[in-house]
Amino acid sequence: MSAATKSGINSYRGGPDEAGHFGIFGGRYVAETLMPLILEVERAWQSARHDPAFRAEMDDLLAHYVGRPSPLYFAERLTKELGGAKIYFKRDELNHTGAHKINHAIGQVLLARRMGRTRIIAETGAGQHGVATATVAARFGLPCVVYMGERDIERQKPNVFRMRLLGAEVRAVTSGSRTLKDAMNEALRDWVAHVEDTFYVIGTVAGPHPYPAMVREFQSVIGREVREQIMAREGRLPDTLVACIGGGSNALGLFHPFLDEADVACHGVEAAGRGIETGEHAAALAGGTPGVLHGNRTYLLQDEHGQIREAHSISAGLDYPGIGPEHSWLKETGRVRYFAATDDEALAAFRTCARLEGILPALEPAHALAHVIRIAPELACDHIIVMNMCGRGDKDIFTVAEALGEEIG
Amino acid sequence: MSGRIARRFAELARAGRAGLITFVTAGDPDMETSEEIVASLPLMGADLIEIGVPFSDPMADGPAIQEANLRALGAGATLAGVIGLVRRLRARDDHTPVVLMGYYNPILAFGVEAFVEEAAAAGIDGLIVVDLPPEEDAELRRPAKARGLDIIRLATPTTDDARLPKVLDGASGFLYHVAVAGITGTRSAAEETVERAVARLKRATDLPVAVGFGIKTPEDAAALARHADAVVVGSALVREVAAALDDGGDPVARVSALAKRLADAVHAAREEGAEGR
Repeated sequence: MSAATKSGINSYRGGPDEAGHFGIFGGRYVAETLMPLILEVERAWQSARHDPAFRAEMDDLLAHYVGRPSPLYFAERLTKELGGAKIYFKRDELNHTGAHKINHAIGQVLLARRMGRTRIIAETGAGQHGVATATVAARFGLPCVVYMGERDIERQKPNVFRMRLLGAEVRAVTSGSRTLKDAMNEALRDWVAHVEDTFYVIGTVAGPHPYPAMVREFQSVIGREVREQIMAREGRLPDTLVACIGGGSNALGLFHPFLDEADVACHGVEAAGRGIETGEHAAALAGGTPGVLHGNRTYLLQDEHGQIREAHSISAGLDYPGIGPEHSWLKETGRVRYFAATDDEALAAFRTCARLEGILPALEPAHALAHVIRIAPELACDHIIVMNMCGRGDKDIFTVAEALGEEIG
Repeated sequence: MSGRIARRFAELARAGRAGLITFVTAGDPDMETSEEIVASLPLMGADLIEIGVPFSDPMADGPAIQEANLRALGAGATLAGVIGLVRRLRARDDHTPVVLMGYYNPILAFGVEAFVEEAAAAGIDGLIVVDLPPEEDAELRRPAKARGLDIIRLATPTTDDARLPKVLDGASGFLYHVAVAGITGTRSAAEETVERAVARLKRATDLPVAVGFGIKTPEDAAALARHADAVVVGSALVREVAAALDDGGDPVARVSALAKRLADAVHAAREEGAEGR
């Protein structure tokens, strides 16, 4: 029996509805100036996703430019060390540009071209989405402006330089908390002022409809590949899927193809920062309440007056006070379980992974790994965990060095 | 039931002149000073008052109003505080229509039903919720209308003929024409563009049409007042608050002085001899 029929919901994969709602979440909460554009993006996407030529171009780029499929790797030494469940990594950190973000950047830039748009904008936190967007914009010869909080620019210098090498203009955002949420505000302001020629490439499964559904679809290649790979490897589906969550794009990409498989557990891992109880975290589901921001209704970190609170995480990519609306819905339906890992737990997992597997994980999936390290020892040795290694840690070595009190140039 | 907005536009129509709508952010630089600023505006000739509700993430606003929001929040402004300001204003002025303009999240956090009840009781006449398009606004529009609060919709340069009926369906009070595609306080629209846009909107609705975004000087305001029923000025007034804070001046006096010049220019715009300047 599928998970869906057990709970009385026909399918967990049918959302959103026509107006972009997942239950009460999602929707299109944008200024009127943007509404006609949002509706146009939706029409263009609906036409593109059913167009074999669009899919063929996408698949060709994913295969030959990104390097998909990414491997499914059995983390043998980590498995042995933890002494429980069998742990696989989905190696999306091996993609061109070093993270899963390239999957949806390609999809959105192809859509922008199809719509005749000649200028690309994006927001970025850790810089992975900015690098991915700048990369694809360069590949197609489109000018690209990336908005990035001043504080994130400081802690993600390698990615800032990378984007500039790729020909993108990185605009420092000095308003508000000078992180990802402010970069998103600034990108929306840019879009509203350049409605004729500009396409906004959103970096996660959030924003106004159709972005959450569209980005999910572009990222679902992760879960579809895992399904094939694990069947070839183990002859059965995995027991537990684990992914970190900022906005939640890599997690939905992994989970979505499995949501109607009742026997596949899905665990999302938010950033607990210095600890949920300290208030200094980025865990919108664990420590937030529903509200409206950046075009969608979803769980948000906010005060009692509805003012958005600053998030905190050692990982710039998780440092966002909201979360994709579908995750809010999946939490309320109970289909996905959500956990959190602190900065310190993520750092410890980062070091463990480096030493045992020879892989430097990005600090984002290091949170997912911290959760795996917590649960694996308690599980039977025939229990299969697949964790999405959604980014590589090269960009984070300065942050990690600082946290460890080491100087590295 | 209120009716202040409809009455004011009827008065303006009878007088054959356009109205001035002034926008300031509530609680900027603090709630007490802000109340004095707001109270001074009708005395300077403002016909309708728009009050911005501070929000941490005002994504449709330019730098001037963003900073005003941060100043107000830094001084402790809340939605309850803004409602209180209007309640006290009503003891001094029961005629000038007051419209709140802001973002949806503070209203959601307050509770939609409680908000419309308190807003109406305080003497607020209308609501502009920037990030709540017609597709999503039923949960606010229904209780608001039941309490006599107008839901003021925005029509923008991107609102084409196919979409305009959607914007007008459920609109009341007046129609707010956003003159430029962009954020507040930045670019300005050409007079001819606004003239054409207003004429188009007038063909589609009987609601009065106010024009805003990018109107900075009394001259800008007068030019557009020849075509629209009212002209909205916001960022320019909010910048006067910032300037006063910078140079130690009196924000109330600074904002009032500009409001007076704007009102005089708007009110004289359609008089004999004002044509063809």
